[in-house]
Amino acid sequence: MKISELAEKMQLIPQSLPDPDREVEGFYAGDLLSWVMGRAQPDQAWFTIMSNVNVLAVATLVDLSAVILAEGVTLSEKDAESAREKGINVFTSDKSTYELCALAGELTR
Amino acid sequence: MAEAITFHFDVDGENFTSAGNASVQVKRKLRHLGFPADVIKRVAIAMYEGEINMVIHADGGSADVIVSPEEVKIVLADRGPGIPDVALAMKEGYSTASDSIRSLGFGAGMGLPNMKRYTDSMEIDTKLGVGTTITMTVKVA
Ligand SMILES: Nc1ncnc2c1ncn2[C@@H]1O[C@H](COP(=O)(O)OP(=O)(O)OP(=O)(O)O)[C@@H](O)[C@H]1O
Ligand SMILES: [Mg+2]
Repeated sequence: MKISELAEKMQLIPQSLPDPDREVEGFYAGDLLSWVMGRAQPDQAWFTIMSNVNVLAVATLVDLSAVILAEGVTLSEKDAESAREKGINVFTSDKSTYELCALAGELTR
Repeated sequence: MAEAITFHFDVDGENFTSAGNASVQVKRKLRHLGFPADVIKRVAIAMYEGEINMVIHADGGSADVIVSPEEVKIVLADRGPGIPDVALAMKEGYSTASDSIRSLGFGAGMGLPNMKRYTDSMEIDTKLGVGTTITMTVKVA
């Protein structure tokens, strides 16, 4: 599924959307960066409550299709700008990581 | 690319927010040079973890990446406190990261294990009070 389509279905709010046609292949959830770094796979969308600039480095290095910030977390405007420059899709949502995972699971079943 | 190409980076120990820049640049360079995606990913992850470790645990250092058609070699050198017990530091889950560092998402104790897992060889040369040099290689074929 395209990230833009998924985002609409999950009611995610785009904070940076340089690549709306990017295909999503599965999901990963976690907040410990080196854990995510070691386990997440390219093209997955990543659910996290971490919102500092290091999240963008992980997304770039693993080649994730999107970062989805849970629990109402947002990037600073400076980091959002940097995400746009780096071509990283970032969304925010008020839902919890669990709710987002459950919803994503339902939509992609 | 017949001969080896070397890239050098200074890793700033103060600037937490730019940590990871060297790895992102290396990733881009390897992509331009036409390396396979799998090799690029392994190099980028191993280097990122090492780079972050130098920032968090050693106040910065330097990174040299030597690229040849056969392998990519990454040398990370710092003048930090050194690692007292390398075997312990290599264990998954072992971390001495402070609470403030943990609040940024670091401190899972997975960095060194990731570096080992994603490279073909990894050597740690460390001396207390002098510093740490980590040499890793990723084979291309
Ligand atoms: N360059 C270094 N200089 C001094 N000590 C280091 C260095 N790199 C690692 N260490 C020590 O080894 C421990 C384990 O490192 P590792 O990268 O596996 O975990 P971490 O950095 O604590 O957490 P994570 O990488 O999961 O965010 C560190 O907590 C630190 O005590
Ligand atoms: Mg580490």
